[in-house]
Amino acid sequence: MNGAAQVTPQAVEYIRILPEIVLTIFGIIIMMLDPLMDERRSQRTLGAVGLVGALAAIVATLYQSQYPGVGFWGMVNVDSFSVFFHFLVTAVTAVVILTSYEYMEVQQIRAGEYYGLILFGAVGMCLMSSAVELVLIFIALEISSISTYILAGFRRRAAISSESSVKYFLLGSFATAFFLYGVALMFGATGSTSIAVIGQVLASGQPPVLAYVGIALMFVGLGFKVAAAPFHVWTPDVYEGAPAPIVGFMSTAPKAAVFAVLLRILFEAHAPGRLWLIWVVAALSMTLGNIGALVQDNVKRLLAYSSIAHAGYLLVAFAALPANGIPAAMFYTASYAAMNVGAFAVVSHLASAGERYVTMEDYAGLGRRSPLLAATLTIFLLSLIGIPATGGFFAKFYVFSAALQANLVGLVIIGVLNSAVGAYYYLRVIVVMYMREARQEVPVSPVPLGLGVALAISAVATIYLGVLPGRVLEYATRSAGDLLR
Amino acid sequence: MAPITTLHYLVAAAALFVLGVIGVLTRRNVVIILMSIELILNAVNLNLVAFSRLYGLHGQIFSIFVITDAAAEAAVGLGILIAFFRNKETVNVDEVDLLKW
Repeated sequence: MNGAAQVTPQAVEYIRILPEIVLTIFGIIIMMLDPLMDERRSQRTLGAVGLVGALAAIVATLYQSQYPGVGFWGMVNVDSFSVFFHFLVTAVTAVVILTSYEYMEVQQIRAGEYYGLILFGAVGMCLMSSAVELVLIFIALEISSISTYILAGFRRRAAISSESSVKYFLLGSFATAFFLYGVALMFGATGSTSIAVIGQVLASGQPPVLAYVGIALMFVGLGFKVAAAPFHVWTPDVYEGAPAPIVGFMSTAPKAAVFAVLLRILFEAHAPGRLWLIWVVAALSMTLGNIGALVQDNVKRLLAYSSIAHAGYLLVAFAALPANGIPAAMFYTASYAAMNVGAFAVVSHLASAGERYVTMEDYAGLGRRSPLLAATLTIFLLSLIGIPATGGFFAKFYVFSAALQANLVGLVIIGVLNSAVGAYYYLRVIVVMYMREARQEVPVSPVPLGLGVALAISAVATIYLGVLPGRVLEYATRSAGDLLR
Repeated sequence: MAPITTLHYLVAAAALFVLGVIGVLTRRNVVIILMSIELILNAVNLNLVAFSRLYGLHGQIFSIFVITDAAAEAAVGLGILIAFFRNKETVNVDEVDLLKW
């Protein structure tokens, strides 16, 4: 078990990074197959390889969950907490690949590295959720970030897409630099980069000032990555310009992974002075996100502001007591992932070649022209509002009740008011879809198989979490116990 | 003459960090912004190596990882910048203006 003294890792330790290994191998296979294939046929084959890779990673995660424990000299820790996020990330990856299948063909983008980068990004995100060492967390964060920087600019002939990529890259690496500076100061304050050791040192006495500065800088860096206000300015621009399926990907999987890192750092390391920091950021994110979304006409931009608001709701759980805050946050990431990936899958289907149809106007009359698609989007939007019988309802419910138990009445009031504001702009989309005539004929092509499966998975997951939240919540509670032990 | 202590290194690193942040916030050329980000990363390295005097090799090894990552980031960043330049014929952030609310 204890690998500190040995030189080579034991076989079981490789199982503890098995999903990452599987994803990497499939990513490499895609990169090697790409130049060998005919350009037009490569789309489907490479996508299929990517999909198999993501599914294999899900299987690997299930297998891995039988072997909990620490590996690689205290670098990774497989527990039910990391397994939860592994499952979430790989499932999102699979759904995104299914969505991209049709999208890539319609946009006439060469598939090549696209699927490879998605898998490599997933490697970073998986690793983030099981890393218990700041060095490894940093590397995993970079693997995931660098992949998403490139993916954001994948429609590289569109100026808007490469612009979004430049913005994402500049602000993202700026944020990483902040995070790193925080890590360096934390190392200076405690003499270690292992989260467990940092936790012991910080809990043992009055934490040094350096630790406060370090945690604040780390929080700034990670706040950028999850698009929490006041570090959110890049979000709408990047989400508008990036390819729609990729927005679905990067608004859910990397965010979930970064939230996992935040949970580990804040709770396992007993970070000092976190409460007021989170309070302010959560309140700001909810408010600015919802107010920004009110005036949007572009659906991608609207969902971008909505994702800022949702980061705020999620952070409310971080301010609560760990015992019920952690499960609430985990549940929220899961249900947010289900509904947002689904919503962006619909958006990417309707966008058509060159992403021409992404404004509210283009959605008018969708309820008549494509009832099924409109109904699916409605499910996701209702879930984003937090209507009962959808995952979004229980997500908000658990977060706010956790916050109430921690006596954060003010924050809960801000949150509930914001939910009410949020309902307005989500409902506006629904109203436009069902009650307004289309002014111009926007073509709606029939839903292909891949996209249909992706939509079905996200819709079923959204409703499942809204009707039978018990099992997931119970699992999350158990994971929180693992994390706090 | 007084010996150079860890604190001196930390002050130098903090100065580099501030310079980098100012550079990112005020410069308009993307390449110079990239250089400023590298400056921050080097401040991190200086910090890590300085703390290594207190805590052993750990920090130095971390700084090697940071250097590697900086190289990877620069490679990807310049690639993205070239893609952007092909579309817009500029590397000036003031002209990064297609996306606005």
